[in-house]
Amino acid sequence: MHMADALLSPAVGTTLWAGSAAVAGYASKKLKRDIDDRMIPLMGVLGAFIFAAQMINFTIPGTGSSGHLGGGMILAIILGPHAAFLVMASILTVQSLFFADGGLLALGCNIWNLGFYPCYFIYPFIYKPWVGDSKSPGRILLASVVCVVLALQLGAFSVVLQTLLSGKSELPFGTFVLLMQPIHLAIGCVEGVVTAAIINYVRSVRPEILESMAASRPLGAALSLKKIMVTLVALVVLTGGVLSWFASTHPDGLEWAIEKVTGQSELSEPEQGIVPTLKGIQEWTAFLPDYSFKPGDVEPQKEAASPTWPGIEAGTSVSGIIGAAIVLGMIILIAMGIRCIRRRDT
Amino acid sequence: MTFDEKYFDLGRMDRLSYQETWVHRLDPRTKVIATMLFLITVISFPKYEVVALAPFFLFPVLVMTIGEIPVRFIMKKVLVVSPFVIFIGIFNPLLDTGTAIIISGIPISAGWFSFLSILLKFFLTISAALLLIATTSFPGVCHALRRLGVPSLIISQLFFLYRYLFVLMEEAMRIIRARDMRAFDRRGTDIKVFARLVGTLFLRTVDRAERIYYAMLARGFQGDIPTLKKSHMTATDFAFLATTIALICVFRFFPFTEEIGRTVQGLFI
Repeated sequence: MHMADALLSPAVGTTLWAGSAAVAGYASKKLKRDIDDRMIPLMGVLGAFIFAAQMINFTIPGTGSSGHLGGGMILAIILGPHAAFLVMASILTVQSLFFADGGLLALGCNIWNLGFYPCYFIYPFIYKPWVGDSKSPGRILLASVVCVVLALQLGAFSVVLQTLLSGKSELPFGTFVLLMQPIHLAIGCVEGVVTAAIINYVRSVRPEILESMAASRPLGAALSLKKIMVTLVALVVLTGGVLSWFASTHPDGLEWAIEKVTGQSELSEPEQGIVPTLKGIQEWTAFLPDYSFKPGDVEPQKEAASPTWPGIEAGTSVSGIIGAAIVLGMIILIAMGIRCIRRRDT
Repeated sequence: MTFDEKYFDLGRMDRLSYQETWVHRLDPRTKVIATMLFLITVISFPKYEVVALAPFFLFPVLVMTIGEIPVRFIMKKVLVVSPFVIFIGIFNPLLDTGTAIIISGIPISAGWFSFLSILLKFFLTISAALLLIATTSFPGVCHALRRLGVPSLIISQLFFLYRYLFVLMEEAMRIIRARDMRAFDRRGTDIKVFARLVGTLFLRTVDRAERIYYAMLARGFQGDIPTLKKSHMTATDFAFLATTIALICVFRFFPFTEEIGRTVQGLFI
């Protein structure tokens, strides 16, 4: 689920970095003004808690496989959107640095996908109005499952969009969506149940804790829909601008993605394996009917598209391979040389 | 990876950063900036580029040798996270079947090139991130970010998270051991028990945070975490940064690898 550096283009990576950084700046500004210092260690320690809790696994009923806690939604429920977003961002930073989950450029994407949606979208607009001050465990359970599922679906869909816009992967839009969304539907259901179970347990054992946290939270936590919409629109315009500039200098970026989305040829797909099966499901469910996946429409496009593949002449590529071998050899020699000199010194 | 392994790995990464080599002594800011430039440059190559990525291996290889970072440890960590990228990338050769070149009669499709390109970029970017931590230490990176203008609240977040990661992971490890010793045949590992365990861990965490807060107040905490180790950019740092930028530019905009290959080809053929 973590987006990876290698699948990103610089335009997409930096745009999402800018988006996540802007939200983080906004959140820290809000928090700095409204909360007491007490929250600062609490937030940090809760981040470590999510980390530790992620490592405890449990058996998923009926399947025998094991799952673990994701974190975004439970943090939003406990800490409110601003603090939860910052905690999520710091968890993902540590993960990308120590466990290399994703990567440093993809960190912007990951914070956006796993932090922004649950904290600033799902929590204020769905969970909070739905549950409110209610203490009924059933309601909390239902709301948590729905919210976690929605947040994960949004996140997974963003991974698909980010990958496609970057243009490094060859996966067609429909197949990719069909690979990502169902997996995350299952994960979301399990995570939602777990989230609700933990919240309900804490509420039943020590109800005052969640209440005192809700009280020390900034009052302005209820966000205005207008502000969110304005931010989103601004971001879309910014993204569009950056990407179209990128597309005009590098034709294989956005145009490629659009070509894939609107007219991925069925001709190039293998006739065995998972792709035809998924294609069947795709046609049957008619997901996104505006996008034509029927072979008839796309044949001419494919014909036109194929010669645009960067023409590498055989001569150039052979010298390229020789060059690469020499360069790598030199690098290894340099490294061995340094080792030798050092060993002689000691 | 099992829980214990993950925990010890974290500790090992941390200890690697305590070493005193030339790379470790560079100012953290220098390393953060150099790493980001390196990442953006590697990612900026078009999707079919394979050959021009070769010179970029110089960076991780040099850091590993001069910084005395065990190669195998980094390799293992890179391998552990590779499945997602391989899973997404392997579709390229299957879907992009246009023939790119023919080597001794065997046609090689364009998809293989883009797949190989993804794999190389993956290795370069992931190892760069791991090496940054292994040579700079997490607190070092945090201070660098602070001085590069990241809000102090976010930085104190990172500090607290990092500091209590080890404490809470040990606590979680004890909980898991206790559960595993009592849970035969997977009994007692279901969601209900899990929720109680994690709920208890949560309550303990909250209490701990409160104690930490009072302890910090008693020591004069005012919402910011100062550092004792004052670092400043020296001439070495600027030289390092300038060399890195120059090399990155040469490798990015000049077909370095192909030129060498052509020259050698010209010499022998």
